[in-house]
Amino acid sequence: MNASLSRFNIASIVLGFAFLYLPIVLLIVFSFNESKLVTVWGGFSTKWYVAMFQNRGLMDAAWVTARVAFISATVATVLGTMAALALTRYTRFRGRLLFSGMVFAPLVMPEVITGLSLLLLFVSMGLDRGFLTVTLAHITFTMCFVAVVVQSRLVTFDRSLEEAAMDLGATPVTTFFQVTLPVILPAIISGWMLAFTLSLDDLVIASFTSGPGATTLPMKIYSQVRLGVTPEINAVCTLLIAVVTVGVIAAAIVNKRREVQRQRDEHAAQRG
Amino acid sequence: MSNAAFSQSASHAGTDTGLGTRIVRAVAARLVIAVPYIWLLLFFLIPFVIVFKISLSQTAIAMPPYVPVLDFSEGVGGFLASLREFSIDNYLWLTEDALYFNAYVSSLTIAGISTILTLLVGYPIAYGMARAPASLRPILLMLVILPFWTSFLIRVYAWIGILKPEGLLNQLLLTIGVIDQPLIIMNTHTAIFIGIVYSYLPFMVLPLYSALEKMDYSLIEAAQDLGCPPTSAFWKITFPLSLPGVVAGCLLVFIPAVGEFVIPDLLGGSQTLMIGKTLWNEFFANRDWPVSSAVAVILLLLLVVPIVLFQNAQARAQEQGR
Repeated sequence: MNASLSRFNIASIVLGFAFLYLPIVLLIVFSFNESKLVTVWGGFSTKWYVAMFQNRGLMDAAWVTARVAFISATVATVLGTMAALALTRYTRFRGRLLFSGMVFAPLVMPEVITGLSLLLLFVSMGLDRGFLTVTLAHITFTMCFVAVVVQSRLVTFDRSLEEAAMDLGATPVTTFFQVTLPVILPAIISGWMLAFTLSLDDLVIASFTSGPGATTLPMKIYSQVRLGVTPEINAVCTLLIAVVTVGVIAAAIVNKRREVQRQRDEHAAQRG
Repeated sequence: MSNAAFSQSASHAGTDTGLGTRIVRAVAARLVIAVPYIWLLLFFLIPFVIVFKISLSQTAIAMPPYVPVLDFSEGVGGFLASLREFSIDNYLWLTEDALYFNAYVSSLTIAGISTILTLLVGYPIAYGMARAPASLRPILLMLVILPFWTSFLIRVYAWIGILKPEGLLNQLLLTIGVIDQPLIIMNTHTAIFIGIVYSYLPFMVLPLYSALEKMDYSLIEAAQDLGCPPTSAFWKITFPLSLPGVVAGCLLVFIPAVGEFVIPDLLGGSQTLMIGKTLWNEFFANRDWPVSSAVAVILLLLLVVPIVLFQNAQARAQEQGR
């Protein structure tokens, strides 16, 4: 589809993006508010950021969240990539329908159900709720997102590349690490980042599966939000948004560069 | 000659695959399938079985607060005895108390209305994006995806400061003189609609965009050349062609919105009844694990049809991708 933009098209894009971004911009602006009220502007100040860094509970929660997100994203990426390979490479195996159902269902499953069911599992296994159980829960729900991201890349993967490598004497393992992995790496990186941010953001599943001593940042934010809106929470949110935005944009640029490089290489190979 | 040589080398490669290679391949295949499979069985499927099981057990004042059923620790006899302990009391309780029925109905209604609103807001955006110059599209796409990466909780929280009676929206409207009394939006259904539309908009825009982007615009031009007015060209050509995107987008919004907890809790106040919130309260406030399990089972049953539809849509998209 290619045609000029009408005035209606431009208006809907501009209004749409204003709707998407204005609340976030306002939240960021009011994190620099001098006044304790989040709705009345009292001058510029960074005091809420200072207060945030001095808040022991908040910092502990941030540290727990970072560790949970890092570990669960890493394990979820390995498992999710395997699941994606299983779904694209092996079209026939016993229980494939159940398997694909279990990969896709968590994407749309209401979080309260996932959280409750995992909690009941941990209780019947006799596991104490805490760091380990939140991490296991996050691995489970984020691996499915990784699988979908990696799978969409694998579907368009040219398998003759692998066959060529094997014809030239490469072992399957070498072929996977030298040929397949570099091609799907951008998707794996996006999958890891998606898993990391999903884990970082999750409130509902963490509330069910976490226990004393493993309070995550969203749980902390939630309990404070219930008491009222404060500029300090705005500051925490702003910092989280900044971390995620920088990460996502950096990853997009790296992916773009790799893609351009890869296309250049392919052209060179075809010509050469 | 080259053809013959090629086919020879191909067949050569086929037969020459060493025994070691074949073993590695077979083992790799098993591992790649088995590891995620077992993980999902253990942490996704079995938990549901447990939820179902506990929904049939009695509440008890203990830790965990229910009478265990299907307990294998006392051997087969104990197991058979425990089968008799099964009770559907929790489900009967759900039908007796109008609270639960109302919560289900109001969840489905709120999710349905929000889905339609999201479609109405998302369609023009997706359409505009698909019509934008090809060089602009990746940036617009990135801008739609970016809010999805920022925390759900934060995005809902951002609306509290805007919607509350002394919030920014009321301040603005009072200053420009549109209203002379602050609007009460916070803690109403309107606030929930705004929250859901806002939070789930990327889920709607992305599938719509990918359906609209593939569309051949010359079809519309042809229709218009033949004298078809733009509105009817839209309903006769554009909309039917974007229907897969509409279905995918609506399911992606509707299914999670039914069980939504954060939005009704933070924006809807104590008045609103939604099943995700009811389940949460049953669990955390009343500590009634069997009843909250029963609530979850019913919610899941309500969502089975849309989830199966979603999965079919996914499978079809995958087929097309190939």
